[in-house]
Amino acid sequence: MLKSKTFVKKTRSGGVMKIVREHYLRDDIWCGSEVCVECKDETPVLQKDACIESNLCTFPHYLIPDTNVVIQQIDILEDPLIRNVIILQTVLQEVRHRSAPIYKRIKDAIHDKEKHFYTFTNEHHRETFIEREQGESANDRNDRAIRVAAKWYSEHLSKAPDAGDLKVVLLTNDRDNKEKAEKSGLIVYKCEEYVKSLIANPELVDRLALTSDEQNEITGSRVVFPEHLPLSKIQAGIKSGTFLQGTFHANRDNYLEAKVYVHGEGDESTEVLVQGLLNLNRAVHQDVVAVELLPRENWVAPSSVVLIDDAQNDEDAEEEEAEKKVRKALDSKPAQGSTLKPTGRVVGIIKRNWRPFCGMLLQSHIKESTRHLFTPADRRIPRIRIETRQASTLEGQRIMVAIDGWPKNSRYPNGHFVKSLGSAGDKETETEVLLLEHDVPHLPFSQAVLSFLPKMPWSITEEDLKVRADLRHLTVCSVDPPGCTDIDDALHCRELENGNLEVGVHIADVSHFIRPGNALDQEAASRGTTVYLCGKRIDMVPELLSSNLCSLRSNVERLAFSCIWEMNQNAEIISTRFTKSVINSKASLTYAEAQMRIDDTSMNDDITKSLRGLNKLAKILKGRRIEKGALTLSSPEVRFHIDSETHDPIDLQTKELMETNSMVEEFMLLANISVAQKIYEEFSECALLRKHPAPPPSNYDILIKAASSKGLVIYIDSAKALADSLNDAQVEGFPYFNTLLRILATRCMMQAVYFCSGMDSDFQHYGLASPIYTHFTSPIRRYSDIIVHRLLAVAINADSTYPDLMDKHKQAALCNNLNYRHKMAQYAQRASVALHTQLFFKNRGILNEEGFILFVRKNAIIVLIPKFGLEGTVFFENKDKPSPRLSFDEEGPTLTVEDHPFHMFDKVKVTISLDSSNIQHQKIRMALSEPVIPGVSVSMPETEPEAKKPKLDR
Amino acid sequence: MAGVELLSDQGYRLDGRKASELRKVQARMGVFAQADGSAYIEQGNTKALAVVYGPHEVRGSRSRTMHDRAVINCQYSMATFSTAERKRRPHGDRKSSEMSLHLKQTFEAAVLTQLYPRSQIDIYVKILQSDGGNYSACVNAATLALVDAGIPMRDYVCACTAGFVEDTPLADLCHAEESGGGTTLALALLPRSRHIALVQMDARLHQDHLDMLMEAAAEACRGLSKVLDGVVRQHLQEVSVLTRD
Repeated sequence: MLKSKTFVKKTRSGGVMKIVREHYLRDDIWCGSEVCVECKDETPVLQKDACIESNLCTFPHYLIPDTNVVIQQIDILEDPLIRNVIILQTVLQEVRHRSAPIYKRIKDAIHDKEKHFYTFTNEHHRETFIEREQGESANDRNDRAIRVAAKWYSEHLSKAPDAGDLKVVLLTNDRDNKEKAEKSGLIVYKCEEYVKSLIANPELVDRLALTSDEQNEITGSRVVFPEHLPLSKIQAGIKSGTFLQGTFHANRDNYLEAKVYVHGEGDESTEVLVQGLLNLNRAVHQDVVAVELLPRENWVAPSSVVLIDDAQNDEDAEEEEAEKKVRKALDSKPAQGSTLKPTGRVVGIIKRNWRPFCGMLLQSHIKESTRHLFTPADRRIPRIRIETRQASTLEGQRIMVAIDGWPKNSRYPNGHFVKSLGSAGDKETETEVLLLEHDVPHLPFSQAVLSFLPKMPWSITEEDLKVRADLRHLTVCSVDPPGCTDIDDALHCRELENGNLEVGVHIADVSHFIRPGNALDQEAASRGTTVYLCGKRIDMVPELLSSNLCSLRSNVERLAFSCIWEMNQNAEIISTRFTKSVINSKASLTYAEAQMRIDDTSMNDDITKSLRGLNKLAKILKGRRIEKGALTLSSPEVRFHIDSETHDPIDLQTKELMETNSMVEEFMLLANISVAQKIYEEFSECALLRKHPAPPPSNYDILIKAASSKGLVIYIDSAKALADSLNDAQVEGFPYFNTLLRILATRCMMQAVYFCSGMDSDFQHYGLASPIYTHFTSPIRRYSDIIVHRLLAVAINADSTYPDLMDKHKQAALCNNLNYRHKMAQYAQRASVALHTQLFFKNRGILNEEGFILFVRKNAIIVLIPKFGLEGTVFFENKDKPSPRLSFDEEGPTLTVEDHPFHMFDKVKVTISLDSSNIQHQKIRMALSEPVIPGVSVSMPETEPEAKKPKLDR
Repeated sequence: MAGVELLSDQGYRLDGRKASELRKVQARMGVFAQADGSAYIEQGNTKALAVVYGPHEVRGSRSRTMHDRAVINCQYSMATFSTAERKRRPHGDRKSSEMSLHLKQTFEAAVLTQLYPRSQIDIYVKILQSDGGNYSACVNAATLALVDAGIPMRDYVCACTAGFVEDTPLADLCHAEESGGGTTLALALLPRSRHIALVQMDARLHQDHLDMLMEAAAEACRGLSKVLDGVVRQHLQEVSVLTRD
């Protein structure tokens, strides 16, 4: 079958190494077309009647795009209209080399059966392989390979008896390539020409990415960026140390400032500050860039100015003004040695990290114009210029846009329209936007995934009972927040005959239902976590499992994974046992219900007794944990009361913590720690653990400064010292101060992360003061717990292992995904709270509330309103008003406005209202109402007469 | 930039082979007149030369003499010009001593050593060009050289490597595939009896995958044995034509 000819391909890599590789050419690579009789392909991909109606090509045809067309116009190729496309191996390899995300997308398209995309392995086909000629560049060779393959196809298909007038059409944007192709008798079009010729699909034109030819016409503006250096120069520069490579992070509050995180050797990483439009040099958030450090005398401090690019039109007049303002702000402050940060400028882009962005269209002032600016929802992304003919229909809608490029003579990047999400301000649309922006997979589960669910009606079988401990007789109950349907933990406690206590934590046995490697498992692994938004839950596993079969509801038999301790009355563990079990929960309580049972002395049933025992032990455990230096931190959390009909928020309150909350938490911690020890003992190389690194001391600067302003000292030498000094930090007559301080302390902390024990040596969980920790107790909503369940099941011989579980590299990769998903889920949750806060205030009008200053910035203060757990910025600079006199003292930090100094933790009164002047970024606007500063503070809103009256009396 | 893709979605490997296909094998026997037996083999770009002396009296220390069978002495070396980077390879470095030992074990299992008590058989192999699968090329070359020398063996010893990429076993790895990460298994097989003369694997592999990988390697070995058999028959024909006159 193999008829091969040995070819020698020489490539040079790095130095002067000659690599010789064999290259076999084959004659059993089929063309993949239905019409062909010569090829023995059993399941041809390309259809016989490949019809895309077009003015230019009236005959059935297959498309062959070249590399640049695939990279630039992937949005077009993904459209369901475009079918029967031949992707050459040459093209696929080049795409793979140049852009990983697009490679993934084109591969998805190839796998989509509906699309009829065929990959032709032309590099190994005997008749289409070509060798690079003398003096020919690699690119030219690839272009020629594409032409040869296209030529081969057209000749090959013409030989087929019933091909009719089936032809191949080459799509290329390269003029030179096009000419040469035409000369050799191929049908060739530019991508724009072809897409524009398509009948019945005008909106596809909007998705066309702008290519370099067109860009020149559009931009007449004066802003000219410095040229980006070519990659070879960048690499040389990085090697010699003149340039640094890092990830670009745009500043959320100031569009003219960014940081570049440079990853040094090992864990060392530094930050380089970049300021000013020209120095930013067209880098976009998340790009990998090369920066050059400026000489030390040009170093600056990060500005505390809040600056939003909200110029309403395309012109640049306001830009300059804004830039002047920044410069002024920078100049006004003489350079202080300590605050100066290494400053640099972007000299080149190593890798773009563009994705489609959600946002809104900013209509052009000229009516019939087709060019518009698009404002992304993420403030770190610059505005994008797009071309569309449907501007009027897109007005007020949330749309998605992809960036195509950023030429050096254009103020904004150029992009194209991808799709519309719905009208802005709408709760559904906004939720969709925040899910997309945070990369949360939220599509319904596919049929493939659902096919792995157990068949209903489901019941526990004899076999299950045989291998599991039967704990149905125990008085198990669950305690959860109200309205919780995915109950993954339940508890019990009973007295043993020897006077000791038996305590059990029973966790839903999700790994019984989700078997490794199947589609259900893969989907759960990719989702990583359930995302809780206000009034909406995006499940990690299908609802049948999350709310029914796995959920440990009361009075039904459920499978569980139990962790059972024998403890003495001092809560010292005498023995630990893990087992798969069957339980029957006697009650599912809310925290409040459980609390009531404990407090109500008249109740003496089994459940209540069990709860009291648990509560007693939990208090001892908590005391011991705090003794060891566990931190109690605080962050304002709010709950919405959601209207059951409209799903709009009707009330807002901060979450209350009860004793029972900490009771459940205490046992979950204990179970997690016990399991972590067990799986690490058993699998020292591949245990999935969770760690919380100690923050570097510099993180605490803000906390120490803030405390010292009240005459308090915070010790940060150890977690224990920090916990103690936080406990001692009290100010007379200011009970909320301690909470504020804890909120600040929370922001100093590092993120806790999952990791694989074989890949790391530091296991410490700083916040919990535990040497080892993992997540075991919520397998319904976290994938990490499923893995831990599997590890533990193997450790107690309850289940068999599988290859990926024992592979530490695969585990590490999984951990990375889980960490990313958790972070994004957290951000999405916060964004959802913010969205609902806005909806809430929309219906409330203007409110007047008391708050505390959390941070002081150069032109603003950030105020926290404890009642709503809401944080907002009060600006002291306004576009249409003359600025008040501001002076900022870095040391305090203190901001003095018209002789009134603002310190951290000062109590202020602010009015809260919803600012919907910019529908894209509806925001909560806060304005100062007390202390009264003429020209700065606003008067009390008229809607609140009680507040106004005392003022009049004075 | 991503690393190389060892196996494409269409099922083609870097050099255009499918997962179970071997590289092109070419071999010649009797390349040196002075030696008792010799052979040269090319497996793709891996080229090896094997020379056999003996059986003869035990040279050197008499203490090594076996009273019931022959001693097999193997020496493996690589030419300085065999890899992309020119490198002096001193005699008896750890890698080549290990390889020599492996070869010795392989052929002790295959050669009928009990027919030649108190004697010695020398096998010298040299890699002239290296492109993955050095061990298997050496074994295959040495087998042909032993046949050429007329030393009786239980069967041909055929060796081949197999690797494991994306849950698919790949047969006969080239250098790029060997160094591209993943597991490599080298198997020396006596194809007719399906006895294993030597199996070696030094990376981690889950037990569940081992059978699949072994089967792929064995299949490759059987394929090779056909080729080697063809070479031997061809050689015999040529020789017999010469001696007929």
